[in-house]
Amino acid sequence: MRMFVVLSRLAWRYLWRNHRRTIVMLSAIAVGAWAMIFMTALTRGMVDQMIVDGISVIPGHVQIHDPDYLDDPSINNRVAYSDAELAARFEDLDRVAWAARVRVPAVVTSERESRGVTLLGIDPEAERSFSFIDYDAVDGRFLEGPDDNGIVLGAKLADTLETRVGKRVVVMSQDPENEIADRGFRVVGLFHAEMEATEESLAFVGKRTAQKMLRIGDSVTEVAFVGDDYRDVEPLYSKVVERVDDAVQVSRWTEVDTYLGTMMGMMDGFMLIWVIVIFLALSFGLVNTLVMAVFERIREIGLMLALGMKPAMILGQIIIESMMLLSVGLLIGDVLAWATIKPLEGGIDISIVAKGMEMFGASSVLYPNLDVDDVILANVVVLVLGFFASLSPAWRASRYEPVEAITKV
Amino acid sequence: MTAVRCIDLCKTYRQGDQDIKALDHLSVDIEKGEFVCLMSPSGGGKTTLLNAIGGLDIPDSGEVWIAGERIDQMSKGQLADLRLANIGFVFQAYNLIPVLTAQENVEFVMQIQGVPAAERHDKSFAILQEVGLKGLETRRPAEMSGGQQQRVAVARAIVSRPELVLADEPTANLDSKTSAELMELFTELNEHHNTTFVIATHDRRVQAYAKRLVRMLDGRIVDDIEQHAA
Ligand SMILES: Nc1ncnc2c1ncn2[C@@H]1O[C@H](COP(=O)(O)OP(=O)(O)O)[C@@H](O)[C@H]1O
Ligand SMILES: [Mg+2]
Repeated sequence: MRMFVVLSRLAWRYLWRNHRRTIVMLSAIAVGAWAMIFMTALTRGMVDQMIVDGISVIPGHVQIHDPDYLDDPSINNRVAYSDAELAARFEDLDRVAWAARVRVPAVVTSERESRGVTLLGIDPEAERSFSFIDYDAVDGRFLEGPDDNGIVLGAKLADTLETRVGKRVVVMSQDPENEIADRGFRVVGLFHAEMEATEESLAFVGKRTAQKMLRIGDSVTEVAFVGDDYRDVEPLYSKVVERVDDAVQVSRWTEVDTYLGTMMGMMDGFMLIWVIVIFLALSFGLVNTLVMAVFERIREIGLMLALGMKPAMILGQIIIESMMLLSVGLLIGDVLAWATIKPLEGGIDISIVAKGMEMFGASSVLYPNLDVDDVILANVVVLVLGFFASLSPAWRASRYEPVEAITKV
Repeated sequence: MTAVRCIDLCKTYRQGDQDIKALDHLSVDIEKGEFVCLMSPSGGGKTTLLNAIGGLDIPDSGEVWIAGERIDQMSKGQLADLRLANIGFVFQAYNLIPVLTAQENVEFVMQIQGVPAAERHDKSFAILQEVGLKGLETRRPAEMSGGQQQRVAVARAIVSRPELVLADEPTANLDSKTSAELMELFTELNEHHNTTFVIATHDRRVQAYAKRLVRMLDGRIVDDIEQHAA
């Protein structure tokens, strides 16, 4: 500890002996740290948005299905519980919204066109708390109950089908006996969504209307639950698991939508790679700075060794110097990142460049997300890798022969 | 007790295509409390000998013993400990750490030794006063004259009262008055604390203070005489 103080003071003084070089290096580290954190926040914001949008399409944080449903999402693989049984099992769930629904692939045909869609038979009241659709913002009206005879299409889908509110469409699917199940619906409403893909692929009808059309009595294909936080669904997951038996399978949203799930998993890996790439760029400057700093100090290092400093202390001194440089640079970079991201948290309109992005499920307003964990990650990675990068120059410094250093005039 | 014992030391440097014997089968014993002056023209091997005694440089052959311990086979770490604990150095060419003030330079060795801050501060303050640098405690080396820097180096060498002081041309940058004062200080330390001094010099004024004069030439001892203070 005492040694640490001695070495730190020396390191600090040496750091400021060559102001210019230190300031240049500090700026580089600060900008690097800023870039790491800023980019991470943007990406994190984008992926978060994609996930939130994506979940609201699934929707739900946890779902239950028939054990075979995820492999084969067919009408034959329905949830084993009746409506009454579902109500009995999940009524007591606290601060959790849940809804049973019918989800089947179907074809919607208008007078002119037909399109494959995902048909959702829902109870609009049960879905209200977790649907991405603002019922009041629908052109026309939204479904009014599970027995509603109307159909609500995405605005984009209606465009493609060249239909509109008030017109009729035919919905065709299969019943459990693989017989055609079809029915005519009047288009009662058109919804809008952040993403085109959603508007193009979803059609909502009343749950009981769908059950009648598909001849499946009162059974459903999935039950969805929404808890507090999509990032941490474990508490909800275990609550749901407690309340069911082997007849059904409970899945987290990451398992239902593997694309989004993978996305979220990849996010952390991506951050790390990004941080490391920037660090590699920085490390050249860092190592170079240290090598220079050591080189112009050969005699002083020799003198210290001659006076009785151990090589390990020289090593420590150089490493402390490097760590100081990095810490100060990081601190500036962190503050810079915070100062630039905070004002943007209200959202950045990227609609000019976002047309192509929507295809991947990204929306056109970007909300940077400054995650403390990401900031910590960036800082820790830089410090840890910086430590290793400093080892070689520090080691070389500690190997100098004192006599060569001090007898040179 | 023998403070320093050198047995048959050889050290050869290659310069261009000729070998230079900086130490040529040199043997010498220095007892504890002696005040020895190494004299030679420039290039006689004084610095090489002092470096060998201080464990800064390992001779090609021969043995070096300090206070009964053989040091020419010690590891770097052991040598560092030995220097730190027992030897005060004044180097010929390069002495001070430029980023530290005069007082911090004086404290440097004590700091590594682990002397408490208050004691360190008092001692360094007092010794700077003794070498005539009162008021210059916070100067950096670059803000001092060559003579002042040399005195800071001397202050650092003696501040923790080492058993052995090795000084290489300590008066090289000093005027007669200051060098006389410095030699008085050395003499006093030698007499009161029984500190062993080995001083390399070609300064005739320094000779007068030596109780033993060792003359060297081309890495050999050519003359070794006891003399009594004038
Ligand atoms: N590192 C070195 N490389 C080559 N020659 C050296 C080296 N150090 C000393 N010498 C030579 O060794 C001889 C003795 O040098 P030195 O011990 O410095 O003498 P002094 O201190 O008495 O002037 C000189 O001829 C010098 O040139
Ligand atoms: Mg010399």
